[in-house]
Amino acid sequence: MSDLPPSATVGQAAPDFTLESTPGKKMSLSELRGHPVVLVFYPADWSPVCGDQVALYNEMLPVFGDHDAQIVGISVDSVWCHAAFANDRKLHFPLLADFEPKGEVARRYDVYEAAGGTAERALFVIDADGIVRWRYVSPIDVNPGADGILEALENLPRHRSGS
Amino acid sequence: MSQLKPPVGPDDHTQGPIDAAIVLVEYGDFECPYCGEAYPELKAVQKAMGDSLCFAFRNFPLSNAHPHAERAAEFAEAAATIDRFWEMHDLLYENQQALDDRSLVGYATQLGFNKTLIESALSGEFATRVRRAFTSGVRSGVNGTPSLFVNGRRYDGPRDADSLIDLFKRMG
Repeated sequence: MSDLPPSATVGQAAPDFTLESTPGKKMSLSELRGHPVVLVFYPADWSPVCGDQVALYNEMLPVFGDHDAQIVGISVDSVWCHAAFANDRKLHFPLLADFEPKGEVARRYDVYEAAGGTAERALFVIDADGIVRWRYVSPIDVNPGADGILEALENLPRHRSGS
Repeated sequence: MSQLKPPVGPDDHTQGPIDAAIVLVEYGDFECPYCGEAYPELKAVQKAMGDSLCFAFRNFPLSNAHPHAERAAEFAEAAATIDRFWEMHDLLYENQQALDDRSLVGYATQLGFNKTLIESALSGEFATRVRRAFTSGVRSGVNGTPSLFVNGRRYDGPRDADSLIDLFKRMG
């Protein structure tokens, strides 16, 4: 599939993927259709900046909920690493393991940092129809906060569920 | 990007003249160890800068990481209603290891809260104020605690007193 990468550009459909969220349980982006999705690529569990970043998003779950949005984290760590990290930080949103083949989803979103072998620190806001509406790549050592995400969610056209 | 929203105004908890040349805002969490480290540094900065600095504090509790942070923030907001915000702010940072409800009630009693105010603070009556501050922080680009804003822009540099005093003297 790396032959024709459907790059995740604004205005285009977000490339679908299926990754493990917890040991033995898979999650697909397409399952979330009907809700805006905040996709957070980050380099690694446990590293200090990521820690702050996920802690912030964890506190913001009610705010994302107000927008009917689902937040999903993705890194190249394994499900077992994610499970330990989520438990330690009391995280209440899914972390997906872009573990095998390593970083494939990050590559498809064009946010793989080959030198370090991790995802970049990248944010995507995808609308309820699966279209990328906003993307932002932060310098790897800078926690991007959430003001951009919030603004992007507010700028989404109001989605009315037909069924 | 990362512009303070809204700017410091009459609803804020401030020390120093609100129209000072330098306005420093901290988004902080009373249980956060980094905020605890910043506390004496910022005190020293305030002392050195005197009336040329206005310092404002906005609550930004990370309640999943810090189980007592939200309630402590609510007690600080409650203290503001009897004009004791800064006394509570200082007590909380000086006793970061004791922020359970019993301790909070102890500090409240010490600062002259009556029974009704203590009950309101314990029952979540001040949660809305804390939420408002938190949301303003998210909109302003707060990315962890403490987050500092200098004259409306997020400041990501060193937080020790000497660095800040040096910066502010150059600005003034």
